Amino acid sequence: MQGIIGRKIGMTQVFDDEGRQVPVTVLEVGPCVVVQRKRQATDGYEAVQVGFIDQKKQRLSKAALTRFEKAGVAPKRELHEFVVDASSELKEGDEVKADFFDGTEFVDVSGVTKGRGFQGVVRRYRMGGGLSTHGSMSHRRIGSIGQNTSPARVFKGKKLPGQMGNVNRTQLNLKVIQVRADDNAILVRGAVPGPNGGLVVVRKSVKKAAKAS
Amino acid sequence: MVATILEKIDQEQRKDKNIPDFRVGDSVKVHVRIREGEKERIQVFSGTVIARDGKKGNETFTVRRISYGEGVERIFPIYSPNVDKIEIERSGDPRRAKLYYLRGRTGKKTKIKERAAKEASADSNA
Repeated sequence: MQGIIGRKIGMTQVFDDEGRQVPVTVLEVGPCVVVQRKRQATDGYEAVQVGFIDQKKQRLSKAALTRFEKAGVAPKRELHEFVVDASSELKEGDEVKADFFDGTEFVDVSGVTKGRGFQGVVRRYRMGGGLSTHGSMSHRRIGSIGQNTSPARVFKGKKLPGQMGNVNRTQLNLKVIQVRADDNAILVRGAVPGPNGGLVVVRKSVKKAAKAS
Repeated sequence: MVATILEKIDQEQRKDKNIPDFRVGDSVKVHVRIREGEKERIQVFSGTVIARDGKKGNETFTVRRISYGEGVERIFPIYSPNVDKIEIERSGDPRRAKLYYLRGRTGKKTKIKERAAKEASADSNA
């Protein structure tokens, strides 16, 4: 299993061994409960589905509720699947907690970024905008969006105004500063997508893990 | 629940620290831990506290001194492990929260009125 579901608690700062202040994000990770173990034989692939945060019974449909009853776990609000080896011993009802990250040096954190709504290019892509004064009427406009009769169209991918934020983003290779098994929390260096209290998926770093081994 | 973990981390950062109750305007000696390769030594930076900023574990203070005719200011995080000790040399009684006006002054004009001893001790008891 590569990851775990978590929640962003907020940012703070801690002192490291050398007395430097390190900006950290506190992530509550788990406890996640295995709700379903998917098998090659029955589902066509090997995975575990884990749940996070309890949900009230009356908020779930009968169908959804039965799934949890079958696995013998309390109803959960958030579900996520992680690929595992066929040999993995995880089964329904197993809990995964913060100690999952013991010895992990780097993690990747995915989440939905804060929504900024419909934004212009100055804010969305940090374009310069036009002159403020000297008779300019092009203050925060985009300027030219292309050429003339050739190519006679606007190129794909042209940066234009539009929806900003509220998309899935993954922050790679965040250093794990501390694993707090008692609080079920980990501290990672730097910022993480989404608002405080937002849902995140934390996985052991994909790119840095290979380097370490 | 959400706030308590942050609170706990903050408390942990601040424990084992005996910070005297010093204020803006006080003359202090700051004992700073300096690591040079393997060796660790203590250096003293003495001067006037001209500002305190931030709160909780993130609080800092600014110390200003005149060194070889040149004004020098250092900002220390109060709870930094590198700040070994803070000694109060003299308590001041300024009329500002931030003494940035000292930056433009030298000599006699940088003098700050001393806080009466009685008042100072009453404060520390409170």
